[in-house]
Amino acid sequence: MRLEYFQMIDRVVAVDAGRLTAEATVPEASPVFEGHFPGHPLVPGVLLLETMAQAGGYLLLARMGFARMPFLAAVKEGKMRSFVGPGAVLSVEASLVHEGSGYAVATGRILSGGKRICDAEITYRVLDFPAPELKAAMLGQAARIGMAVPGG
Amino acid sequence: MASAFDRVADIIAETSGVARERILPDSHVIKDLEIDSLDFLDIVFAIDKEFGIKVPVEQWTQEVNNNEAPAEQYFVMKNLATRIDELVAAKAAG
Repeated sequence: MRLEYFQMIDRVVAVDAGRLTAEATVPEASPVFEGHFPGHPLVPGVLLLETMAQAGGYLLLARMGFARMPFLAAVKEGKMRSFVGPGAVLSVEASLVHEGSGYAVATGRILSGGKRICDAEITYRVLDFPAPELKAAMLGQAARIGMAVPGG
Repeated sequence: MASAFDRVADIIAETSGVARERILPDSHVIKDLEIDSLDFLDIVFAIDKEFGIKVPVEQWTQEVNNNEAPAEQYFVMKNLATRIDELVAAKAAG
């Protein structure tokens, strides 16, 4: 994970039509930990939510062949069950709940050492890519984390 | 079984917090009930699940934005219920 760059997923382990599993390792040091919290570094809950949202986002991108972009719209039942600190190895899972017209719903959860860290139901607006640079960046990020990408 | 109108009105009341008695056949979902786009996503998700359909919101929105259809055709409650009945019938017809 590169927390400052919002690169939350390190590697996609498996992806099919309805489910994605990925790995992410919390860095040993990050400016984020200087503020959250001094002397007691913890990954902020909002970044764990972002990690789950990205896993679901990559699942949707794969389903759509990277034709459109899922944007975070809503988080429901977001539960932060355990603290996560530097060096933790996370297993991030996303499962499709529903694919609607212009939106999609997925569940996400994070485990570490078999222990539940957090889970949530996440809604995405699915829109055309607003800029070609964004699509190129998403394809680049997906390739970086080991996903098969169109033309890759 | 309750009508599509009643089922959709119940969903809107539960999802958005609008009082059920305010939701009338001539209510415009956006103008009268003040449902914003995010709440409408939730409502459509609940309708999709309740009726086992996929409400084509993107197509409807595009038609309205392109002046190919009046917004009332899709977003006034009685018309929305009719559109849902049509979608359910189309699905049943395969």
